[in-house]
Amino acid sequence: MLSAVWVAFLTLSLVCGAATGRLDAVTEAVSEGAAQAVTLAISIAGLMCFWSGMMELLQASGLAGKLSRLLMPLLRPLFGRAAADQQAMEAVSANVTANLLGLSNAATPLGLRAVDRLYTLEGRRGAPDSVLTLITLNTASIQLIPSTVAAVRAACGAAAPFDIMLPVWGASVASVAVVLLCGRLLRPLFPDEI
Amino acid sequence: MQILQNAFIPALLAGVGLYALYKGVDVFPTFLRGAKNGLKTAAGILPTMVGMLTVVYMLRASGAIDFAAAALAPLFGVLGIPKDCAALVLLKPISGGGGLALGSEIMQRCGPDSYVGRVAAVMLGASETSLYTLSVYSGHLGIGKTRYAVLAALCADVTAFAVSAAMVRLYFPCI
Repeated sequence: MLSAVWVAFLTLSLVCGAATGRLDAVTEAVSEGAAQAVTLAISIAGLMCFWSGMMELLQASGLAGKLSRLLMPLLRPLFGRAAADQQAMEAVSANVTANLLGLSNAATPLGLRAVDRLYTLEGRRGAPDSVLTLITLNTASIQLIPSTVAAVRAACGAAAPFDIMLPVWGASVASVAVVLLCGRLLRPLFPDEI
Repeated sequence: MQILQNAFIPALLAGVGLYALYKGVDVFPTFLRGAKNGLKTAAGILPTMVGMLTVVYMLRASGAIDFAAAALAPLFGVLGIPKDCAALVLLKPISGGGGLALGSEIMQRCGPDSYVGRVAAVMLGASETSLYTLSVYSGHLGIGKTRYAVLAALCADVTAFAVSAAMVRLYFPCI
């Protein structure tokens, strides 16, 4: 899908550039954009490294595990019958914790393990609500420290790169609430075809 | 409030360091292990950024992004999303790298501390690559029909974007 979108963008640039008579600017943009991408990637690499190092400490010290255990009772009500299964809830909780801490490399494998367990509990057929709840929860962002965005802000010369944190939390909480609420409300309208 | 906010990151860093030391973690080598992984992530981002940011620059130069913004303005105006961020709304759900590239271009062009620049940053921080994530998970399990998942994910995205803009207006009233 992304490949098609990317090629569509290239084509769109050609067509729009021709229509607006700015093909010279489009050509110039190729070298400008490519060079700028390297500058940006290098300037955000420092903070990404540092943050990733701190997160490693958070995991090694057992703080991440503690957070995961704290979250479990909050997550249980979302998963219906599957909530009784300790193994499933541990995996779900670890996935949500990894998302909260912004451990994107760890979050996806943990999430896949969790949906696997949930899907097995539900008999591995159709699209059960508990599985969809975790999947849709992963499509909304719940990151506590938006470190990559802060790194980009810093690279662009922001006065206080992290000062967007509270607005990010507000918008994240709203989107997570909406994804869970939509799941609940839409459930009866889209019955599972087994 | 300001003091609390300024103290948050330094306090978090010192707190995690002290706690790890107290727990007997070999702190600095552990930090380095994580930082090396971070470097791998950052190095992995570079080609994505080259592919995406170049295309974003081309789209911008051709006028396509302005066309999209103008076409979407009435719809996004209702949601309070600034028209400069309109293209970001379309790109972020399908590509994280694309979203980051476009968002950083917006921050650079309009200034990271401008209204539009902040909205772009908050939108990036508060949303996920929803449709891509959905395809990874459903693909992994082999689920063909995901029922309400796409609709719920898109509703959450729209909420994230609209609330991002509203939060920036609320939290940074003077810009």
